[in-house]
Amino acid sequence: MTLWLMAGLLFTPLAWAVLTLLTDFTRGRLVTWGGILVQVLVSLGLWLVVSRDGGFYYALGGWQAPLGIELRVDGLAVTFVLLTAVVASACGFHAGVYIDPDKPWHRYFWPLFWFLWSGLNAVWLGGDLFNLYVGLELISLSAVGLVALGGKAGALRASLRYLLAALLGSLAYLLGVALIYGQFGTLSIAGIVFWLEEHPVPAGSSLALALMVAGLALKTALFPLHRWLPPAHGIAKSPVSALLSALVVKASFYIAARLWLELGEPLGNLAAAQLVGLLGSAAVVWGSWLACRQMELKQVVAYSSVAQIGYLFLLFPLTYSVSESVSLQAQQGITLQVISHALAKAAMFLAAGNLVLSTGSRRVDALTGVSRFLPFSLFSFALAGVSLMSLPPSGGFAAKWLLLQASLGSGQWWWVLVLLVGGLLSAVYVFRICRASFLESPETNQFYHPHRSLEIIPMILALLSLGLGLVSAEVLSVMALPFEEEGSP
Amino acid sequence: MTLNAWIPVFALMTSLIASLVIFALPEKGYRLRTAVNLVAALLKLGLVVVMVRGVFLGVDYGVSFTMVPGVTFVLKADAFSMMFAGLSAVLWLLTTIYAVGYLEDSPNRSRFFGFFSLCVASTMGIALAGNLFTFFLFYEMLTLSTYPLVVHRGTETALKAGRTYLIYTLTGGAVLLLAIAWLHGVAGDLPFREGGHFIDADPDIHRSLILIFMLLVAGLGVKAAIFPLHGWLPQAMVAPAPVSALLHAVAVVKAGAFGIVRVVYDIYGVEASSALGLLEPLSWLAAFTILYASVRALRQVDLKRRLAFSTVSQVSYIILGVSIFGPVAAVGGLVHLLHQGIMKITLFFCAGNYAETLGIHRIDEMDGAGRRMPGTSVAFTIGAFGMIGAPPLAGFITKWTMGSGSLAVNMDWVVVVLVFSSLLNAAYFLPVLYRLWFREAGVTWPHERHWGRLETSAWLYWPPLLTAAMTVMVGVLASLPFSPLSWAELIMLREYAP
Repeated sequence: MTLWLMAGLLFTPLAWAVLTLLTDFTRGRLVTWGGILVQVLVSLGLWLVVSRDGGFYYALGGWQAPLGIELRVDGLAVTFVLLTAVVASACGFHAGVYIDPDKPWHRYFWPLFWFLWSGLNAVWLGGDLFNLYVGLELISLSAVGLVALGGKAGALRASLRYLLAALLGSLAYLLGVALIYGQFGTLSIAGIVFWLEEHPVPAGSSLALALMVAGLALKTALFPLHRWLPPAHGIAKSPVSALLSALVVKASFYIAARLWLELGEPLGNLAAAQLVGLLGSAAVVWGSWLACRQMELKQVVAYSSVAQIGYLFLLFPLTYSVSESVSLQAQQGITLQVISHALAKAAMFLAAGNLVLSTGSRRVDALTGVSRFLPFSLFSFALAGVSLMSLPPSGGFAAKWLLLQASLGSGQWWWVLVLLVGGLLSAVYVFRICRASFLESPETNQFYHPHRSLEIIPMILALLSLGLGLVSAEVLSVMALPFEEEGSP
Repeated sequence: MTLNAWIPVFALMTSLIASLVIFALPEKGYRLRTAVNLVAALLKLGLVVVMVRGVFLGVDYGVSFTMVPGVTFVLKADAFSMMFAGLSAVLWLLTTIYAVGYLEDSPNRSRFFGFFSLCVASTMGIALAGNLFTFFLFYEMLTLSTYPLVVHRGTETALKAGRTYLIYTLTGGAVLLLAIAWLHGVAGDLPFREGGHFIDADPDIHRSLILIFMLLVAGLGVKAAIFPLHGWLPQAMVAPAPVSALLHAVAVVKAGAFGIVRVVYDIYGVEASSALGLLEPLSWLAAFTILYASVRALRQVDLKRRLAFSTVSQVSYIILGVSIFGPVAAVGGLVHLLHQGIMKITLFFCAGNYAETLGIHRIDEMDGAGRRMPGTSVAFTIGAFGMIGAPPLAGFITKWTMGSGSLAVNMDWVVVVLVFSSLLNAAYFLPVLYRLWFREAGVTWPHERHWGRLETSAWLYWPPLLTAAMTVMVGVLASLPFSPLSWAELIMLREYAP
């Protein structure tokens, strides 16, 4: 049973990718919509298995690491698998209606979409550094392709920039992996932890960790390495932007976080943890500030991603040499932040896409009067904004509450300021959009009305991110599920 | 869970569901929307009446679940929640009736009534919240749902006022969140409890407690419009009159005052607050706000702005009442939560009527309006006399109780403040009344409209008359059971003898 679920998660997306590669856009859409159904069921199945029996390690095909593919299936991993299923299917359905099937290169959307999905699942479930790398590359390359689908010169320029950043990040990460392999003789994260329990820390392994984290930070667009993100996310087609902001940047962060949580205590140090937290804070403030100043709607949303990603990096200082309860609070807070941001940002990009479609302009000041013509999409946008502003009852609020508790509990009160100021700044850019659309001006009365289903999908995502706060205790309890057997794989 | 546990949830749901239904209704569904609004408001009023009776008899209404690890979401009804819930339930009904008439033929009504119901749902949540965390949830929801109402007209001034409103309230919210999270770290999840939690708190945490209290008051003081955090309120008067009524009487400023009372009585405990030296500075701040805002009100020429500064002043009566360490004065403060609401909503309804029927916005345009609109003007006069504190109206009961209460605990200076403030009230209301009744009207009104038999639309005519009648009744019948005064006494009985 579990074997089938695993195969369903990792390999069937590849099959869908190949199938859709062979057909045109319209038939690819049919294949995809069928495929989405299968993927959602399989993800749900794995989630149920883990929430019933707890997590486990799984060596694919019976080979043990370092030769085989080692999977680590715990509560956190299945939660992200399920999150990916939700967001990706929403984007898949949206794209099927949103994307113009007549442009010839749009047929490549579906294969890239499926490669991306399988890469994401590989990252969530991967247990060894090399396979994580493979998953990451699969994600990066399909993401670059998806950005390039915009087709115009700007999209190509943005995707090229994205490609360079992604490759540089991978290179740094791979260098770190090579160093680790040289020192520990294994690539399994659990194996390294096991090894460290018996041996002293080898010299230079801190450098390896630093290299990997730096590479991953570049791929996650941590300030000041964020410059590639806004053009790429802003110019891509809306469903693509949603996928990129919601899931792609989270994958590299997920790896960085797992490395830090497993290896940070022996290999990291306090200064590095604080430095990463400081960069994250700078991202929150600078990203929000730039978001407030953008003239184009989707650029506002893209810069908001830079800011929201900044919060994630508070994980590093809030879990290093603090009490276990504080560390747990911080981890829970960050996890909720990842999930609620994924749902809210996907909703926001899709809703922004609708607004752009409706006004026929990408600019913020073109939104005048749209509140009367497209209230539903505007409302989705604002509800997603509630989560980004981390106001109750959203998932973003629950996340912020836990992070506040962790900061105060560990005596690191300076992060409190970042959390509060970040929330206020995000209110500025969200309400700037609302304000623009609330203006009553008799001049513009020509609006295009997008298809009803394009309006409903972002609303569902926004409501999910809003409701997450109400059930966050249950969601976190599944995530905290331990492995069946502790210790070495 | 039993039915009793669900009643607070139902009370919350009535306006929440009404809001969702209204958002879904088409803009033209005028009759259906009005029906949904009124049915929901009546249903809520019924549920509140049931709970008031139950709380009086000592029935427990409550529901809770873990929302974030370590914190629970609690809804529960106690005597104090019923006071606020009762106020908003009664006034919601009247304001809805009023708003239906006020917004006749104007655009975006679906949006307006949707957010309006959402506002009332938030208010209900604030009233029924069982701990600070839950309170905060609805407090922020209130901010978000009032913004679209403040900017409803979509003009540049409205949007500017909306921006000011957001800057003040969201910053206040952030400060409040910090304080609540800090308090949670220091003392854990604290339910609202009569008598409070810190009567014999560890001296080590005294300093934190004092700082947290200051942050809590600063965060809540924004909505309660305590000086110097009141700047948003006079600006927000650009909103339509029903919204002003909501901001000034039913929901927003009351939420702030209500929160401060909760903190003083049910989190810190009045004795602990006094022992920590927190009450005295709070009472000075409240007294200063009362006088300062009255002086500012004197100098306004716009009627709604004058009323807005009057609100700033009057809400601080509540704060002043609870920051006096003595049960009788506190009863005066609490009862003002209701009395101020009833009187102020009367005044705003009337101001709206003058604006809608005659096009009057400034005080110097009001000459002779009493003859043209006698019903509205009688209501306005009753409201104004109530505010001044003329016996036997609502305001008199408040001031009398507070005054005698502060004399009982040797805080004579409070009486001086009360007397002085009443003089100022008279100074800014009497000229308006004089113009209404004793000056000759000009040749024409700026924008006069006619509606059949009555002086104005029936939707606009009856609500202020009803609230004016209530202003008289809560004064005359103050000693009956279930009157606001008796209810406030019941609360204080439970607070001081937990």
